[in-house]
Amino acid sequence: MLSIRHIVKQYANHRALDDVSIEIEQGKVFGLLGPNGAGKTSLIRIINQITGPDSGEVLFNGQKLDQSHISRIGYLPEERGLYKKMEIGEQILYLAQLKGLSLQEARKRAKYWFQKLEIESWWNKKIEELSKGMQQKAQFVATVIHEPDLLILDEPFTGFDPVNAEIIKNEILELNKKGATVIFSTHRMESVEELCDSIALLNLSKKILDGKVKTIRNAYRNGTYILEYEGEKADTSASAPFEVLSEAATDEGYQLKLRINAGSKVNDVLQYMLPRTAISKLEEVIPTMNEVFIQTVSKAK
Amino acid sequence: MHKIILIIKREYFTRVKKKSFLLVTFLVPVLFIGMMALIGYVAVKQNEMGDKKKIEVIDESGWFANKLNAANNIEYVYKQEDPAAAKKNFLNAGYDYLLYIPASLNAQLISENKPSTGVTNNVESALNAIAQARRLADAHIDSAVLASAQKGIDVQGLQMTESGIKNAHVYASYGVGLVCAFLIYFSLFLYGTQVMRGVIEEKVSRIIEVIISSVKPFQLMLGKIIGVGLVGLTQFIMWIALTLTLSTVVGSLVQKGVKVRTEQATQMQKAMGQQTPKADVHPDNMMGSIMEEVESIPVVYTVSCFLFYFLFGYLIYSALFAAVGSAVDSETETQQFMLPITLPLIFTFALSQSVIVNNPDSTFSVWLSMIPFTSPIAMMIRIPFGGVPAWQLGLSMLLLVLGFLFTTWVAGRIYRVGILMYGKKATYKELAKWFFYSE
Repeated sequence: MLSIRHIVKQYANHRALDDVSIEIEQGKVFGLLGPNGAGKTSLIRIINQITGPDSGEVLFNGQKLDQSHISRIGYLPEERGLYKKMEIGEQILYLAQLKGLSLQEARKRAKYWFQKLEIESWWNKKIEELSKGMQQKAQFVATVIHEPDLLILDEPFTGFDPVNAEIIKNEILELNKKGATVIFSTHRMESVEELCDSIALLNLSKKILDGKVKTIRNAYRNGTYILEYEGEKADTSASAPFEVLSEAATDEGYQLKLRINAGSKVNDVLQYMLPRTAISKLEEVIPTMNEVFIQTVSKAK
Repeated sequence: MHKIILIIKREYFTRVKKKSFLLVTFLVPVLFIGMMALIGYVAVKQNEMGDKKKIEVIDESGWFANKLNAANNIEYVYKQEDPAAAKKNFLNAGYDYLLYIPASLNAQLISENKPSTGVTNNVESALNAIAQARRLADAHIDSAVLASAQKGIDVQGLQMTESGIKNAHVYASYGVGLVCAFLIYFSLFLYGTQVMRGVIEEKVSRIIEVIISSVKPFQLMLGKIIGVGLVGLTQFIMWIALTLTLSTVVGSLVQKGVKVRTEQATQMQKAMGQQTPKADVHPDNMMGSIMEEVESIPVVYTVSCFLFYFLFGYLIYSALFAAVGSAVDSETETQQFMLPITLPLIFTFALSQSVIVNNPDSTFSVWLSMIPFTSPIAMMIRIPFGGVPAWQLGLSMLLLVLGFLFTTWVAGRIYRVGILMYGKKATYKELAKWFFYSE
């Protein structure tokens, strides 16, 4: 649905994006990850046509991105903000009309969303009278009211308490189920694992990793396993087919974190351990996105 | 285009709906008229406003015996007394003043406090009038002959036009020009800073990123400028309407006051039994001639020029104000960028009151009325005097429109980068860099 091809963005003293290419599939939730200053915001601004790239192009459903696509994109910036002295309902209507809705349609949909998020009693309140969480909900409505095909959410859960974060998460998933493609920029890796189908990782203006979340995590497997056994501490000093990374006592026995040596298999581990102890659990450790993130970014340094 | 209209509507209605807008719109004419009325009232009633003064007169010269008549709240009481004794008793005698006229005519006016200049002047002119009449009589000169001999010569300013020679009415041109220049000067600041504040508000509240993901920064800037401009136009029209209504009411009251005063003046002249030369301008004639002067200015021409220079002057400056707003994070940081914007305005306004208004056709004035940053004020001084050649007016307007397009283009390029820059203290070098950023 969105093809980002060889984007370069140069500012006076630094290159914000260096030949970045990303494919985002229709109807998926896509995670745009990277440390601070990696170029995520620059890329998001290019997709939103707030700025233009120096070279490269962005295709929206195969067409070169232009002004007609603006009404099909919904953008929730990381730094939220609404007019402080304007009434919240009026403000949502204004922003919806700027996205191309008629006044009647905007009013109808705003009422729907206000009821759904249980904020209809705030319609005539000014933003400065609302708590931060309430402002965020209003801002979310402004982002989705024109039913965009592409939702770009930059850290959508900051400022929400856990209950409201859950509500917003479910709304995002529901919109996704109805067909909206979601680009999701965040530092919270646990929500990436939970929500995203695919990701791209930017670091120092370059894309250093992309693909399906499952594939990436699998690719980062390095033969690390958790093994638990009962009873006395087993002696693993003699020519084991693995290396012990850590060892800890549990209520029933011990837990080992181990890495299998090159050329050995899981079966070799079992064969080695079976005569020595009573195995209660053996499980492969699949790296979390957090680990993938830290590992890739620090390697790039 | 549709989006710009939405932006204009929002900018306009949020401002017009504010309580402070209504307050300023209604209060300014009331205060203005109130101030004028008060000044007029005080001017008319200044003599009646003080208490009645009683003056004890000791006349040793014999020139003024019973010739000083009560006028201007002053009452004269003649006494035959020894001056030294009178001076001694003055504090207990119950008079406000003691007027002592020795044979030498070097009169003294004594008071418990310092004598007021108003009373002193009144007494002085009363004495002079009487003394002059007597001296003329002594010299056997007919006072009527003298009056006709002293009659001043008026130089009438005339203007040669295609339809013949007309009265030039320079004073009305003077007044209208200064008022127009002041209004433009004042409104450029007033509404320009409103644009700047609006830009800063959007930047500080961070709504800017949401909005420019829907519209182009240039559209937002233009919408804001036009919206605020319409607010200004609304306010001006309301001010003019309210001022006219109020001044008609107040004006009729003031005119009554003028009539009263005129009657007093004629009475006084009669009482003195002599004619003061040059004082024979009848106030009704004066009013009439003021009206005639005002009417001598081509209203439609002047008003249309005023609207043009007001509009484009506002546009050229508000674009710069918008650029300044985009470059800073708060209003306190605007100072360093404001100076180059306000300098040409203050410069022209200061000059307009002396150099331009006195020599509206000098080379200097012509130059100032051509340069887009100074022409809105400078040209509005020249226009009421008439005689601005059509080519000069046309060129000035063309340059102003070009200047507007150019500054808006420059401001737009700075604005689009500035609104997304936070926490970076902008310098002129920085602004120049922003200007050259590609889209």
